[in-house]
Amino acid sequence: MYQSMAEIANICETENIAFWECVRQADCTEQAMSPEENFEKMKKMYLAMRAADYAYDPDQMSRSGLSGRDGAKIAAARKEGRLLCGDFIGRVMERAVKMGESNACMKRIVAAPTAGSCGVLPAVLLTLQEEKKYSDEEMTQALYVAAGIGGVIASRAFLAGASGGCQAEIGSASSMAAGAVAYLNGGSTSAICHAAALAMKNLLGLACDPVAGLVEVPCIKRNVIGAVNALTSADLACAGVESRIPVDEVFDAMRSIGRSLPENIRETGLGGLAGTPTGVSLRERLEQL
Amino acid sequence: MNLFDIVGPVMVGPSSSHTAGAAKIGNVARRLLGEEVAEAEILFHGSFQATGKGHGTDKALLAGLMGLAVDNPLIPLSFEIADEKGLQYHFGSIDLGDVNPNSVRLYLTGVNGKKLEVTAASIGGGRIEITEVDGLANSFSGDYPTLIIQNQDQPGLIAEIACVLAGFLINIATLQLYRSSRGGYAVTVIECDNEVPPDVVEELGHEQGILKVTYLSMED
Repeated sequence: MYQSMAEIANICETENIAFWECVRQADCTEQAMSPEENFEKMKKMYLAMRAADYAYDPDQMSRSGLSGRDGAKIAAARKEGRLLCGDFIGRVMERAVKMGESNACMKRIVAAPTAGSCGVLPAVLLTLQEEKKYSDEEMTQALYVAAGIGGVIASRAFLAGASGGCQAEIGSASSMAAGAVAYLNGGSTSAICHAAALAMKNLLGLACDPVAGLVEVPCIKRNVIGAVNALTSADLACAGVESRIPVDEVFDAMRSIGRSLPENIRETGLGGLAGTPTGVSLRERLEQL
Repeated sequence: MNLFDIVGPVMVGPSSSHTAGAAKIGNVARRLLGEEVAEAEILFHGSFQATGKGHGTDKALLAGLMGLAVDNPLIPLSFEIADEKGLQYHFGSIDLGDVNPNSVRLYLTGVNGKKLEVTAASIGGGRIEITEVDGLANSFSGDYPTLIIQNQDQPGLIAEIACVLAGFLINIATLQLYRSSRGGYAVTVIECDNEVPPDVVEELGHEQGILKVTYLSMED
């Protein structure tokens, strides 16, 4: 994995290879794996996302009873044409919530980069493929782009809410997805970097404040903002809008903000939403179960 | 960390640290024991104790002790499966002091009577760290074939171990050494790039100054 997006961009330019190829190359070296084998492994991740999307159960509630069945509500509203955001964004929102709910219900998902943020990438990628008829191979390449960005974030900052707040989870997932979408939409390496930067900037400072410490409230619905933010950021970047702050510095800012976040909003289930009167009473109720 | 820690793992939810990490700890502990688990006492520390139930940490850990992988859809049913198998399990809490909040201590007995004590932490993203084996501190990831060698702190022992491994063309990935006191007990933890065959593990156990060899295989 790479330490900076600048390093990836530099290799892409000097070796004249695509962003995703550059990301795969490094992992093949690290894991002593052939490029084909590596590609198949990444494709399996994509197919597992699709399988998890299909496996959604519209009637299931989580063990805590805090979440479930919202994906089905969004689906119904979308089919009746009641969503202001339209059908495409509607499907993205629906998939993001469904995946988050499946996760809360102990179903099989793909952590990307974490389980709490597992809805962002599939919501964006599966819906884009549906819309634009990209091949599974193109989607796998996009997933490499996402993984490459996530790798840089992991080495410069963190991917865990306990380390850096929700910006490290939903923020990172959104940044990864934005780069992947920019790639699919024909964006250059520079556009991929700007998309990733713009997406992360919008979510900097986000607290990790899960009610009762569970990956449910507000995590599930935050997958929606991560997914939609990825699409708008990619659109901006592909239109030529640039981030004034270079992407690597944006990731460094995420790290420094994460370091300054007090512990009670770093996945401890104490501060923020978890510390509201309702959050506290929900926790107390669950402790009695 | 590799690319598939970023996109991946495929896992049963809801939490990479509290569910996937717990299942992995169970799996690694089972392989360290080297036989099927018959009895397990599972003591949760910190956040594992506080929010474990809502995250299915208990179900995932027990599933791991029975060899269920982190993405096995049967994880939510692990209590029922254990009852059917006749695996005796008991959950409790423990204060391990100033350690990772997602920590657990396991006391395991195998079907052939082998005993093992393991303490481990889930460090995020489904990755884990084994922090103690049989009460002796160490640190390894469980991602490589690993030898945990309890030995006397004496000159030349590491060289002998390395020599045995070299003889079988086994490449050492990482090597760590811990000791209680000068000339006392020591623990040598060796992560290898390839599997160590059973007869090599046995040969190491016969070396003078070596008290116990525990081996973590990546094969089932």
